[in-house]
Amino acid sequence: MFGIVRQNVGGARGLSSQGLNSMVRLRPIASVIRNYSSATKEMTVRDALNSALDEEMAADPNVYVMGEEVGEYQGAYKITKGLLDKYGPERVVDTPITEAGFAGIGVGSAYHGLRPVIEFMTFNFSMQAIDHVINSAAKSNYMSAGQINVPIVFRGPNGPAAGVGAQHSQCYGAWYGSVPGLKVLVPYSSEDARGLLKAAIRDPDPVVFLENELLYGESFPVSAEALDSSFCLPIGKAKIEREGKDITITAFSKMVGYALKAAEILEKDGINAEVINLRSIRPLDRATINASVRKTNRLVTVEEGFPQHGIGAEICASVVEDSFGYLDAPVERVAGADVPTPYAANLERMAFPQIEDIVRAAKRVCYRSVPLAATA
Amino acid sequence: MASTYLTKSKSFIIHTLKSKLHYTTRTSHFTNSLFHHRLLHTLSPLPPVPKHANYYSIGKDYVARRSHATTSASSQINQLPVESPSSQILDFPGGKVKFTKNMIFTSNSTEERVNCYRVLDDNGQPFTDDIDLLKINKELALKMYTNMVTLEVMDTVFYESQRQGRISFYATTTGEEAINIASAAALDNNDFVFPQYREPGALLWRGFTLQEFANQLFGNKHEYGKGRQMPVHYGSRKHNYITVASTVATQIPHAVGAAYSLKMEKQDSCVITYFGDGGTSTGDFHAALNFAAVLEVPVIFFCRNNGWAISTPVNEQFRSDGVVVRGKAYGVPSIRIDGNDALAIYNAVCEARKLAINEQTPVLIEALTYRAGHHTTSDDSTRYRSVDEIERWKGDQNPVKRLKKWIESKGWWDNVAESEYRSNIRKQVAQAIQVAEQIEKPPVADMFNDVYDVPPRNLNEQEAFVRKTVKKHREDYPADVPL
Repeated sequence: MFGIVRQNVGGARGLSSQGLNSMVRLRPIASVIRNYSSATKEMTVRDALNSALDEEMAADPNVYVMGEEVGEYQGAYKITKGLLDKYGPERVVDTPITEAGFAGIGVGSAYHGLRPVIEFMTFNFSMQAIDHVINSAAKSNYMSAGQINVPIVFRGPNGPAAGVGAQHSQCYGAWYGSVPGLKVLVPYSSEDARGLLKAAIRDPDPVVFLENELLYGESFPVSAEALDSSFCLPIGKAKIEREGKDITITAFSKMVGYALKAAEILEKDGINAEVINLRSIRPLDRATINASVRKTNRLVTVEEGFPQHGIGAEICASVVEDSFGYLDAPVERVAGADVPTPYAANLERMAFPQIEDIVRAAKRVCYRSVPLAATA
Repeated sequence: MASTYLTKSKSFIIHTLKSKLHYTTRTSHFTNSLFHHRLLHTLSPLPPVPKHANYYSIGKDYVARRSHATTSASSQINQLPVESPSSQILDFPGGKVKFTKNMIFTSNSTEERVNCYRVLDDNGQPFTDDIDLLKINKELALKMYTNMVTLEVMDTVFYESQRQGRISFYATTTGEEAINIASAAALDNNDFVFPQYREPGALLWRGFTLQEFANQLFGNKHEYGKGRQMPVHYGSRKHNYITVASTVATQIPHAVGAAYSLKMEKQDSCVITYFGDGGTSTGDFHAALNFAAVLEVPVIFFCRNNGWAISTPVNEQFRSDGVVVRGKAYGVPSIRIDGNDALAIYNAVCEARKLAINEQTPVLIEALTYRAGHHTTSDDSTRYRSVDEIERWKGDQNPVKRLKKWIESKGWWDNVAESEYRSNIRKQVAQAIQVAEQIEKPPVADMFNDVYDVPPRNLNEQEAFVRKTVKKHREDYPADVPL
């Protein structure tokens, strides 16, 4: 209850950073349930990404950053701050406005052995370059029969921010997640951001790294282990953020925070929710998801993207294929509304999942309220 | 003729570099709002530009100039007199611009098209006996000629094999043999080739055998592509020839990226990328040329302007004076050459390579030629162009015939050698086809590997499932696909 009231007060424009920060202070209570190593330091996601880039560029001279505004401007969202001064214009390349151009050039340099980190100002602009991401990067190793591998990372903010309209708010997880040859990562916390970006840069395959603009300013505790320059998270492993036994909630990126809050609210109603932070859309950690559903017997998937052909659809199919007998209720997908994102703050709020949507969906799968199908 | 043109472009490059350095300093002022209103006023002269500014001095100068300019300019502001508003020159980023009181729109075309560089005339005789221009000895000339003949014969026989149903698809290079071989001959084996799909000659020159070509066409287990691509999509890491991708013009920005990588590694080689007239309409062409000029990378853009993009003739493809004028628009030194003249191509690519590597600049070459064959075996070009036109270009403009006339006039070749060589190659190609046809297809494991560096679990599971199914229903499984 406390969480919801705070959410409404925090403003109709989604979760403000202030709101989330105060939420973070509630976390230590929940940390008794979760596994935390001694988390003394806090770090924003922005700093986590910046430090990961810095360390990987220092470790390997072949790593370089390319994109619009990454150099002189210090990065459109300041993720690449300080890198130009440290590594010079050869390794931090400001580009003209042509995503197709610099994505293609990045791929070409990767063919020859460099390790580019290409920044799209948002993934909406990656649509200008999507032929290079899919045909030139993802499929190259296969179509050249292993002669050309492409150790490239495409990164940038994905999904909605706050009041940026339809052309800046789409989530590309489902589109890129369907392509064989790509790896698609979706960090949530600072530790995720650091570990997954380092893993992505070191990976010999092309990686699409979907960040979230609103999470950039969020602070998360980071362990001493995560601060080490050799820290790396495995690609393809989901993280169980909160263990539970009644219902599984899967989420990624910003929605993990919402799911955790929803779980706290559900706790008060006697529903013990297990929250899974996917971390990786491709490869999808089907094993962890299925093991969790076999334990809880109920599943709610959460995403901000459009509902049709989304991440939730794939997770649902996977669970039905592997763990059908274990399901006690139909799977519920919580997703963005099937409309181009409206700009007006009140409409935008209704177009994306809010904490109460997750809570309601969870109650429906627990048969605490009437299933949606019955109301049709 | 060639040398004067290219000397001009050399000084053009130095001039461009100079104004570019000028520009980078101006940019730093431009972005700093403090100096914004001073834009029209010239500042004191900058330190002199090094004569052959290589990339690294540019980088250092850039950083040094920024700090120099910022500190000196602030003192300049107080000392500079305000210039009169009727000043004749605008000091704009990129260089000074003269004002004019005449309102003139530049025309959509020039009266005279850009001249075309050629060495041999229609009868295969050089315009000049200048030894310097013809640094092609007997050995090189014969190697180029015989490779061109091999390519011609190979195309004919492979095309026929598609017509007979033995392979599914083929694309000939008929009419473009000189471009294929002579350009490759001018390069070093360490130079990377980013082809479109009509340049197998570069591979042939570098030692790809007829058997290796045939293997790819039949998609058998010996071919380097593991049977994953359509025919003519050759690729060979060891020959520095990037695998052909059907996507038109995507290789152009890739080439720029690879050239950037070469530049960072400070290697003494360049990248060449080929594309047709149609490919120059794509966004990728535009972005790649623009970027290459800005990044100053050693890449040769080789446009095979063969008059047709499937059924689209060049006058429906663009209205500029061909492709060569586009180089100028992007600040890329360019040349138009006779694409059916092997010696002209050889000379031009040699010089372009020197330019690209020594000056670290992109170069655009537009080779005028003709696609004498159909677009591919899926096309019948007589449906959109006259047979007469095709026959005319197959006649005296034929690049193979023109080079033959020259080497014959030098006494290095004759008709006896010709018929012997041709029948020999024909036999070899036929033999290669027979052998390739008999070889098994790639094993089923090759369907599942190379998607990622390390095969993921789901693909391993699927492969195991396939094997289990095959075991169970052996009679339904094709006999020529090994497990």
